[in-house]
Amino acid sequence: MIEIKNLNKTFDGKLFVLNGITETIEKGEKTVIIGPSGSGKSTLLRCINLLETPTSGQIFFEGKDIVSTGKGINKIRQQMGMVFQHFNLFPHFTILQNISFAPIKLGLQTKAEAQENAMRLLKRIGLTEKANSYPNMLSGGQKQRIAIIRSLAMNPKVMLFDEPTSALDPEMVGEVLNLMRELANEGMTMVVVTHEMNFAREVGTRVLFMDEGRIVEQNTPHELFSNPQNTRTKDFLSKIL
Amino acid sequence: MHFFDSLVNNFTKTFITESRYKLFLSGLEYTIIIAICSIIIGFLIGLFVAIMKVYYFQHKPTGKHGKLIHFLLGILNKILTIYTTVIRGTPTVVQLLITYYIIFASSSNDLLIAIFAFGVNSGAYMSEIFRAGILAVDKGQTEAGRSLGLSHFSTMLNIILPQAFKNILPALGNEIITILKETSVAGYVALADLTKAGSYVRSRTYEPYFSLLSIAGVYLIIVMGIAAVFEKIERRLAKSDRN
Repeated sequence: MIEIKNLNKTFDGKLFVLNGITETIEKGEKTVIIGPSGSGKSTLLRCINLLETPTSGQIFFEGKDIVSTGKGINKIRQQMGMVFQHFNLFPHFTILQNISFAPIKLGLQTKAEAQENAMRLLKRIGLTEKANSYPNMLSGGQKQRIAIIRSLAMNPKVMLFDEPTSALDPEMVGEVLNLMRELANEGMTMVVVTHEMNFAREVGTRVLFMDEGRIVEQNTPHELFSNPQNTRTKDFLSKIL
Repeated sequence: MHFFDSLVNNFTKTFITESRYKLFLSGLEYTIIIAICSIIIGFLIGLFVAIMKVYYFQHKPTGKHGKLIHFLLGILNKILTIYTTVIRGTPTVVQLLITYYIIFASSSNDLLIAIFAFGVNSGAYMSEIFRAGILAVDKGQTEAGRSLGLSHFSTMLNIILPQAFKNILPALGNEIITILKETSVAGYVALADLTKAGSYVRSRTYEPYFSLLSIAGVYLIIVMGIAAVFEKIERRLAKSDRN
């Protein structure tokens, strides 16, 4: 589904963030990317929907090269949901507008359809009574779950999560992870950058360990966590587990 | 009683004799027309300049014509920077005179010339206000909009600008008040605005008090009205802040 070929990213020609990443993500996979901060995992994720422009290399989404696609990226992004660390809900919109705005604006659904769909999604996460509230009135966990269903409202083929629980109070983390678990069980293709090792172990079909802009090691969660091969992976895991 | 008599006498001279109050009214009309039109022009210019400047700095030369577009945006950005530098670096009166005597020397439509001069002047200031407002909106908002597949333009229009607008309301109110008061130099190019009407009447009556204090009062009342309107808008837009 997503093919990354020899991807490089440097900032100002000095800071090498990604060094020749080559990786394929299949449909239905739940890929979890872990690694120390500054290892390039967020940058890699943000390259997949071109929020970051790669310095060189290619990224294919369903066979199409997205790096050289120009304006066509908007159409491709409609099929890739993205969830951010800081939620990034639109503060001047109500929750209902947050969820239904893009599908309406992009002509994918009529206003009535989009709002009905939004209410259905809100019902799913048990927040229908918040439909006409503004984001500021919500807790962090609620905001992040809204952000997730805002992406879902676009019926994406893949969901990208950029440290979705890192900005949450500890007691809010569970509700967000539960929703992500549900998505995974429904067969959604997911790429998740996270520090939640339990989530990686339980939900991931494959875990990538990144360091210094490279994918140093990858394996099934069970193998990677119980039997890491690379010294840096061992070092990292020993610090956090 | 002598004082009271002279008060009535001066009032009569200033406003009633030869129906001079009509001069003030027509002056007020000019002032309001110039102010409103130049605020609209300034708003549009300011918005355009700010968006183009921000767009240039965020633009990445990707895609088929990416490099060319980036180059052209760079040239436009230079021109816009020269515009704001020159306008902000020279006095409004001088700009007005240059517009009147040099740029539109052959035209005799004084009103349009004044509107043009004040509008272009205000655009430079408003562009910086808008730019500050746009840059103050969290980068994550743009990313969220773009990641949903919205175009750059749609994200700017629907996501960024409404939030920017809310941030800059106080500064925008300030600028509008400034423009209104700056139109008082329109008399330099033979426009009979409110201030000029006052001068004209004064030159006939040799009596400064009523003419000057009354026009000062009118400006003050209008400004207080503008401030009240802005306060109302601000309160309405604060709706989403409540928690």
